[in-house]
Amino acid sequence: MSILVNKDTKVIVQGFTGKEGTFHAEQCMAYGTKIVGGVTPGKGGQEHLGQPVFNTVSEAVAATGATVSMIFVPPAFVSDAVMEAADAGITLAVIITEGAPVKDMMFAKAYAVKKDMMTIGPNCPGIITADECKIGIMPGFIFKKGNVGLISKSGTLTYESANQVVKEGYGITTAVGIGGDPIIGLSYKQLLPMFEADPETHAIVMIGEIGGDLEIQAAAYIKEHITKPVVAFIAGQTAPAGKRMGHAGAIISGSAGTAQEKMAALEAAGVTVVVSPADIGKAIAKVMAAL
Amino acid sequence: MNIHEYQAKELFKKYNVPTVRGHIVFTPDEAVKAAQELGGSIWVVKAQIHAGGRGLGGGVKLARSTSEVRALAAEILGMTLVTHQTGPEGKLVQKVYIEEGADIKKEYYLGLLLDRALEMPIMMASTEGGMAIEDVAHNTPEKIIKVAIDPLTGFQPFHGRKLAFGLGLPVEEINTFIKFASALYKVYMDHDAEMIEINPLVKTGDGKFLALDAKMGFDNNALYRQDQVREMRDLSEEEPTEIEADKYGLSYIKLDGNVGCMVNGAGLAMGTMDTINYEGGKPANFLDVGGSASAETVAKGFDIILKDPNVKVIFVNIFGGIVRCDRVANGIIEATKITNVNVPIIVRLDGTNAIEAADILNNAGIANIVAATDLADGARKAVAAAKGE
Repeated sequence: MSILVNKDTKVIVQGFTGKEGTFHAEQCMAYGTKIVGGVTPGKGGQEHLGQPVFNTVSEAVAATGATVSMIFVPPAFVSDAVMEAADAGITLAVIITEGAPVKDMMFAKAYAVKKDMMTIGPNCPGIITADECKIGIMPGFIFKKGNVGLISKSGTLTYESANQVVKEGYGITTAVGIGGDPIIGLSYKQLLPMFEADPETHAIVMIGEIGGDLEIQAAAYIKEHITKPVVAFIAGQTAPAGKRMGHAGAIISGSAGTAQEKMAALEAAGVTVVVSPADIGKAIAKVMAAL
Repeated sequence: MNIHEYQAKELFKKYNVPTVRGHIVFTPDEAVKAAQELGGSIWVVKAQIHAGGRGLGGGVKLARSTSEVRALAAEILGMTLVTHQTGPEGKLVQKVYIEEGADIKKEYYLGLLLDRALEMPIMMASTEGGMAIEDVAHNTPEKIIKVAIDPLTGFQPFHGRKLAFGLGLPVEEINTFIKFASALYKVYMDHDAEMIEINPLVKTGDGKFLALDAKMGFDNNALYRQDQVREMRDLSEEEPTEIEADKYGLSYIKLDGNVGCMVNGAGLAMGTMDTINYEGGKPANFLDVGGSASAETVAKGFDIILKDPNVKVIFVNIFGGIVRCDRVANGIIEATKITNVNVPIIVRLDGTNAIEAADILNNAGIANIVAATDLADGARKAVAAAKGE
């Protein structure tokens, strides 16, 4: 079991024939992901990486039965691509592109919600179900199969935590990189119940960072609804206020969105909060051993 | 990206958001000329820097004659203004805005920003004009009226009515206020703004609303389509090292510790700073070298970190995913040939081909490179080196 995606998930790629799209689609296919085609307007009818190219997402969905789209188009075209996917009946769009304007995402997400399409990202590494399906840019080999679910705003911290979990002798069910932009798709609050319901997932790692209040919302949700152990790390305890730390959303505004307030809220919700990211693996080993 | 008050007011004027007339000047002579052209008998001389709290810091002053305008402009131009937002080092004032006086009857606050939880802009108004809105929110939150504006409806008169009645405005002033707020929403949306703050918004003796101050910030991801805003960027208001880093695709922020950090990925970069802190050290910077971590970017990263004389050690923390660690290791060795690094370099490479990478580093025979086995080990070694151990 897993959440959202598995070995049978049919995936198309928007921005299929571009440099990034090509490289990562190839990597995903090598991992075992069922990439059934792609979309590049004007290149419909061609073949790329052994799969058909379509002019529109609607045509791609009709011909392949794909339910998930992996989006690699340049930032200026992201909202258009997301809305096209939603319009075509895609149920999950994984938006890898970094640098999409916030206003565009505001409109695109509102439309996606209206069309019942889930989104992951933008500016994220994507989603991976270990040994089954990788939709994104993460190095697949780190994610050995196991019983730990992972939700993270940061790409490299996702790899770091998965690696630590594996070194402790455990593994991953599904890992979701939700991205660190001000407006993102699926967040902790939507993903936590999916892991709670997944029988294969026994514990959850949650990586947050400064800025916004998604981690605070997650803490409230965990307190009420999550029975599985959660280990959390919040990046940016040493970040100065008012400075954007790489991710567009990683900024302490005034005194809101600090790592300290998020850590306190999670601790109050019964989460094992580690101060150093080097301790994520050990903390998981401890909660798993206690199960 | 942020802009100056006078620039924000230029954008306001184009959208018929009423402001006070004024001119930007660089010398006391120009200040006098500006005052004469504006006419009247009272002027305000305002320091233009990218920070709030200018009035309290002595950067905003009232003049009642053109000779006073000259004296105040001479005093403020070239001063280092310290406010609660500039940090103790302050900011050099290089230009002042000369504005005509306004007949102020009452001061309000009006702001627009993205509400990340609601995923739409919210407009906030308060009767507590002239005060820091964070303080008002903390002490008297009931005095802030907020309306969320769904981008699908845009700003509607009912949004304006909610704010206006909430502020207790008399009925005859409601429409003037709605017109003001509606135009402001358009300024916000059309320019991909991240926030607009008017503090104070003033009501004049004849019942007009004027933006007496103006602060605007923009979404950097949208600057590519905002030519006019991009041209307003004032590089002298930004950290020179951060600008230089940006040119090479590096994201750098200077901090006040002595352990330099070079990391791939923003989250891991913050996590590395936190680990250094946890191990008893203090990070000197945030630096995300991005995905490739090539010899050129690593060399540039070393250059930028070493511009800070406090740096006693550099901790390179790379999680190699699609980029193989052995290639990164060779890149680091190459980088030390491009840039002379005279402090210890602790290198932690993990991920694809990490063992080969450690061998490459250990066999390179570079005295100041020390390989670390994992994040905690690297942070400990870096902190120890910074303490001279």
